[in-house]
Amino acid sequence: MKSLLKVTLYMTTAAGMLLGQSAMADTSDKRIALSNNYAGNSWRQAMLRSWEKVTSEAVSNGVVAAADAFTTAENQVTEQAAQIQNLILQGYDAIVINAASPEGLNGSVKEACDAGVTVVSFDGIVTEPCAWRIAVDFKQMGKDEVLYLAEKLPDGGQLLEIRGLAGVFVDDEISAGIHEGVAETGKFEIAGSVHGNWAQDVAQKAVAGILPSLPDDIVGVVTQGGDGYGAAQAIKASGRDMPIIVMGNRHDELTWWKEQKDANGYETMSVSIAPGVSTLAFWVAQQILDGADVPKDLTVPFLRIDQDNLEENLANTEAGGVANVEYSLEDAQEVIKGAM
Amino acid sequence: MSGRLSPRLLRSLLPPLSLAALLIAIFWLQPRTMSYFGLNLLLNLAIPIALATIAQMFILCVNELDLSIGGFVSLVACITATWLHDTPLLGIAALAGLIAAYAALGALIHLRNLPSIVVTLGMSFVWLGLAVLVLPTPGGNAPEYIRTLMTLKPAYIPFPIIASVVIALVVHVGLMRSAHGTVLRGAGGNPRSLECAGWSLLKIKMGMFALAGFFGVLSGMALVGLTTSADANIALRYTLLSIAGVILGGGEFVGGRVSPIGAVIGAITLALAGSFLSFLRLNPDWQIGAQGAILIIVLALRVLIGRAEARK
Repeated sequence: MKSLLKVTLYMTTAAGMLLGQSAMADTSDKRIALSNNYAGNSWRQAMLRSWEKVTSEAVSNGVVAAADAFTTAENQVTEQAAQIQNLILQGYDAIVINAASPEGLNGSVKEACDAGVTVVSFDGIVTEPCAWRIAVDFKQMGKDEVLYLAEKLPDGGQLLEIRGLAGVFVDDEISAGIHEGVAETGKFEIAGSVHGNWAQDVAQKAVAGILPSLPDDIVGVVTQGGDGYGAAQAIKASGRDMPIIVMGNRHDELTWWKEQKDANGYETMSVSIAPGVSTLAFWVAQQILDGADVPKDLTVPFLRIDQDNLEENLANTEAGGVANVEYSLEDAQEVIKGAM
Repeated sequence: MSGRLSPRLLRSLLPPLSLAALLIAIFWLQPRTMSYFGLNLLLNLAIPIALATIAQMFILCVNELDLSIGGFVSLVACITATWLHDTPLLGIAALAGLIAAYAALGALIHLRNLPSIVVTLGMSFVWLGLAVLVLPTPGGNAPEYIRTLMTLKPAYIPFPIIASVVIALVVHVGLMRSAHGTVLRGAGGNPRSLECAGWSLLKIKMGMFALAGFFGVLSGMALVGLTTSADANIALRYTLLSIAGVILGGGEFVGGRVSPIGAVIGAITLALAGSFLSFLRLNPDWQIGAQGAILIIVLALRVLIGRAEARK
């Protein structure tokens, strides 16, 4: 009886969804492939798991016929180019790409477009004009950190900046955003900056090294993710007052924040890109196949964690992982509408 | 014994047979590939690999090994997508300079009696560094004529097949069927007697390295024609692919025993092995291992044939 009820419930929801999204049935015979260049870190693993979770549900609901993930064995441009050409031959209607190179795959992407395949790139985007791009606005992410601090610290003060891996585009972008935010708010000064390489141990060593040369009144630490916990450990060891350290959604960072919040009401925020962005790309591809009018350039929303939703996000983050969120069809439509 | 195939024939038949077996498996797994369009997509990325393999073959022919060909092809790709596109004269001069640099490497290795593995391993970082200097962030544009050539759609036979046959035949005639080619191969087989006969080993090595550089340049240009733009890391995989391609095609590490036709077939086989595994829907974690397994199977067959040859 219970299962019958479940089935009825499920069917009603499905019917409701069908009514709400009249176009959904049109893609039921379409096949979407994910071409991924690398799976060697926790972010990418979470990305693949999110893809698997959301797309298998979409397939069993009949939204699309198939949504298979392919990862190249080695993170190499030529290998991924061949993989994309193989996916064209396998007859997929759309290919969602996290690319090894923004330019090196353009020839294969063009082949795909010419063969009538829809190409959606995300995270590692491709520049070929016929493809769609779901890009991350890293600059805005850096700026948001400073805007948050400006709101929390109306009097301003000295900041410590922890940067990422030198020479990588992402590092330059986030840092540019931070500096833009500092210039715009006009109440902060960056007293020092170190490279934490997005890793807790490197950040801890780097911060411990620069602390003695910094003034005593550091009020905030702006970070790039993966470095907040290390910074906190270094500052704690130095015996200084704990400044507001912006976190980057890693499990250890959120855990530390929770401990501090429970112990002394510590307040901060945390921001990063959710690995589930692959599912956003999936829905965007589905919408394009559906005939929706989608602009070629879309922006990924950030996953921001604040004081009040910390516990909820921490509970959903596995140890050693990154806070994640899976996107729904409605989220994708929202993003598309926002870009119009 | 007349009814049975001789080991020597078997040995030269092994590469084409492996390729045929792989092709049949791919056609069976994915019938869509059995078309003009399918073969084109399946094989076009094999052209630059085949050219790089030919380059590697010239080096192996004189008992040396080139660990820098991947970095070299990447550098050529970067120059092709930038200088050759924007200022053709500078581009041509740079590419000619690179070929001369390869010849100089051959001279250095020969005169100082240095191990080529060490020299070329060092050079691979130089090429990569230069590639980053030429093209710090991925980009550039393929010169129009290269793009047109690489996307040519001749009637009936897909371009990659025509290109492979032309490459194989040209090198075969030059290296295997000409008097000068015999001398060049002799430098790998018996350098001392060649020297006694009055040939300059220095010139031969420089010539072979220059030829390798020339085909490396062709490989980089072909690659950019396919990808439309370059990346400093675009062809790093070619180092290992090219060595494996030569060996798979029936070449040996020493003794000047190489085969241009076999090398092209070996390169295509390796490129197809990747597609085959992908069509099989094999877990990517296993794919490198499986690719290695295909190599080992073919080489094991060769060892068996070699034993039969020795027993005769």
